[in-house]
Amino acid sequence: MVDQTIPRRNFLKGAGVAGTAVAATLSSGLAACADGQTPSAAAAKPATPPSEPLLTLTPGEAAFLSAVYDTFIPADQFSPSGTDCGLVVYIDRQLAGAWGQGARFYRMGPFLPGKPEQGYQLPLTPREYFANGIAAANAWSRKTYGTPFDQLSPADRDAALKTMDGGKAEFVDFNSKRFLETLYQSAMEGFFADPIYGGNRDKVSWKMVNYPGLPATYATKAAEYRGKKVNLSPQSIADLN
Amino acid sequence: MAKTMKHVDAVCVGMGWTGSIMARELTKAGLTVVGLERGANRTPAENFVLPTVRDELKYRLRLDTMLDTSVETITMRHEPGETALPMRRWETFNMGDGLGGSGLHWNGITWRFAPSEFVLRSHLTQRYGKNAIPADVTIQDWGITYDELEPHYDRFEKLCGVSGKAGNLKGQIVEGGNPFEGPRQNEYPNKPLILSQGGAMFMKAAQGLGYHPFQTPASNSSAPYTNPEGLTIGQCQYCGHCEFFGCESNAKASPNVCVLPALMRDSKFELRTDSYVSRLIYDKHARKVTGVVYIDRRTGEEITQTADIVILSAYPFNNTLLLLLAGIGQPYDPHTGKGTVGKNYCYQTIGGVSLFVEEEINPWIGTGTSAASIDDFQADNFDHGGLGFFGGGYICVSGSGGRPIQVRATPPGTPRWGTAWKEANAKWYNHNLSLTSHGCNYAHRNNYLDLDPTYKDAIGRPLVRQTYNYRDNDYKMSAYVTAKAAEIAKAMGAKIVNPPQPRTGNFGATNGQATHHTGGCIMGTDPKTSVVNRYLQNWNASNLFVMGGAVYPQNAGHNPTGTMGALAYWSANAIVNQYLKSPGALVHA
Repeated sequence: MVDQTIPRRNFLKGAGVAGTAVAATLSSGLAACADGQTPSAAAAKPATPPSEPLLTLTPGEAAFLSAVYDTFIPADQFSPSGTDCGLVVYIDRQLAGAWGQGARFYRMGPFLPGKPEQGYQLPLTPREYFANGIAAANAWSRKTYGTPFDQLSPADRDAALKTMDGGKAEFVDFNSKRFLETLYQSAMEGFFADPIYGGNRDKVSWKMVNYPGLPATYATKAAEYRGKKVNLSPQSIADLN
Repeated sequence: MAKTMKHVDAVCVGMGWTGSIMARELTKAGLTVVGLERGANRTPAENFVLPTVRDELKYRLRLDTMLDTSVETITMRHEPGETALPMRRWETFNMGDGLGGSGLHWNGITWRFAPSEFVLRSHLTQRYGKNAIPADVTIQDWGITYDELEPHYDRFEKLCGVSGKAGNLKGQIVEGGNPFEGPRQNEYPNKPLILSQGGAMFMKAAQGLGYHPFQTPASNSSAPYTNPEGLTIGQCQYCGHCEFFGCESNAKASPNVCVLPALMRDSKFELRTDSYVSRLIYDKHARKVTGVVYIDRRTGEEITQTADIVILSAYPFNNTLLLLLAGIGQPYDPHTGKGTVGKNYCYQTIGGVSLFVEEEINPWIGTGTSAASIDDFQADNFDHGGLGFFGGGYICVSGSGGRPIQVRATPPGTPRWGTAWKEANAKWYNHNLSLTSHGCNYAHRNNYLDLDPTYKDAIGRPLVRQTYNYRDNDYKMSAYVTAKAAEIAKAMGAKIVNPPQPRTGNFGATNGQATHHTGGCIMGTDPKTSVVNRYLQNWNASNLFVMGGAVYPQNAGHNPTGTMGALAYWSANAIVNQYLKSPGALVHA
């Protein structure tokens, strides 16, 4: 469990390392929410900034991930920024937990590269994979742009991620395309999963696509709702617990 | 010194659908039966409750109810001679673990295979000539006919409370059902589910094209139902959380709901969970399996359980593994074509097409079973003359609920992220459907299972090595059937139809498909070409019966579970009415 007595110092330290770019994104996200640019009440409500301390991410890693998630999910009329939606908190908890530490992961050697169709073949746990991927991405960013990734302008971040997505970013001893896929998958999970995991604050993504969430018991409604636009206020596991 | 438990009449290795059915039938016949399940005990009332059962991340992404790959996995390669590498985590299919096995996390799609599938080689030879089947397509007859299996399909459907509409009642074609199905003696036990918007659109379009759409038979009960075991199945809530999930309303049939509560009340049955069978004890001279050795995971102790009858009711990979480790039968060799254990491993060949429509789809209302299907391009229901392939598949409209992490297609040209990506998700989430071409996978000489020479599981046994790729027949079949799906998509009035995606390229450990694996211990008429006889009795050990998809000589275009249940009842019937009276080989080769 999160120790509530520890203030948000760690996360802010991360944001501090991230420098002005992250701060600018954070504040612009909040500004976008507060400006009333948003058509829906959901997105207009300012997101609660992360208040939890980080469990495993270093400040530099948090800054990197914050910059990535805010590029994938910028603050706009549809939602606050990825960071404000809780995505850094989400991935921090995931990497600190069983999955991140390699649970349910076959880890016996030999570790051969194989064909892409043979799937993930590294000995790294997800936590270790993120650490190495972030280090490799920042090294490439420094070489290519002169700064770590989180200090790039929003346009350069977007371009850098697209280069990775296109398989054109030459990381040293690390597959940049696969790392991009992992980052993207983590963003989708954090953004669309039940808010109990720390992301998708205020069920913002569910409101965005009009997914009603729980309890999802439609035996008496399936015929009535067929083909009709239905607006249900989404509920999450926490709401029903 | 290994501990030995009191001898019993029968032991079941694995307590999913087939283990539960066999244990139930054998205890009813008066036998003492022990059920060994390597995973945990699970009951719907305790493990699958609202609200936590609706957790897409936990069950769909982190695979909470699936086999732990750190304990046991498989290795994969495309061709003999290549180096196989382990699936270090499940990225394509997912074997269930724990009580109920994969019967807990399935979608509930409950088909009967087409009659021609059971006599496939004879049928195709008769219709298309004796040179029509390519030499490397190693398809075989099952040694059983649809008509023989029909009463056992009926039993399994009643056990599950399947919702559907008969299309062929005793030879009479019935409006609204599947006219291509084999003759049925009885209507389905429950009426069809409430049709979804996507299902209604699909049926109208398919009908307009001259096809024969029907509501897909579903083990998601459309009404409260009491099955022949006296167990109550609840009413489906259309929650959209079937595959990968347990069912809190007990509406999705599972061993845990439909069989185990009755079995657990029978004093002749004993369930042992966390009991991981490591090997079979084979007396080659006597041609019997005298028992099994398992590890009690709570103590770490190795325990011997002897039994008169041994039922292998684990997953196809494990059934094959246990035979190979015990040296029961000759391992299959793709170079010579000789040997049987591991032969004719098959999977499923799935394609699809995504479409975007104006109508409100409400994808979050749904069952795991696809709403509607057509069988016009299934099996040999259409003329294959000049097509260059055999077999086919059913085409259906997407069934899985609109769970938002995974089910959000966007039209071509949509950026992967940013505001425009969000806009597309907001716009299309409720207006997207996909049609699936769920195709057969016919056996190929170079697709098989054996023991990996390098990688071991957590208890030191070799991993099963899967040598597998899609083959010429698969690519051609999938291209053909998926193109038909795309025509239906257009006829549904879609604003946008994505390019059809038939199965292309190599099989991959990362491109998610169904968990439908068959073969490795195939049934047949000849011990030279099969592992078990028509009663699922092993040719080399007359007290050993092998269950499940492992015995299919090749995989049909329909989902495998219905046939698995029917074969379990068929085999149980043979054991109770023939084998017990005179233990020994039921078929003399």
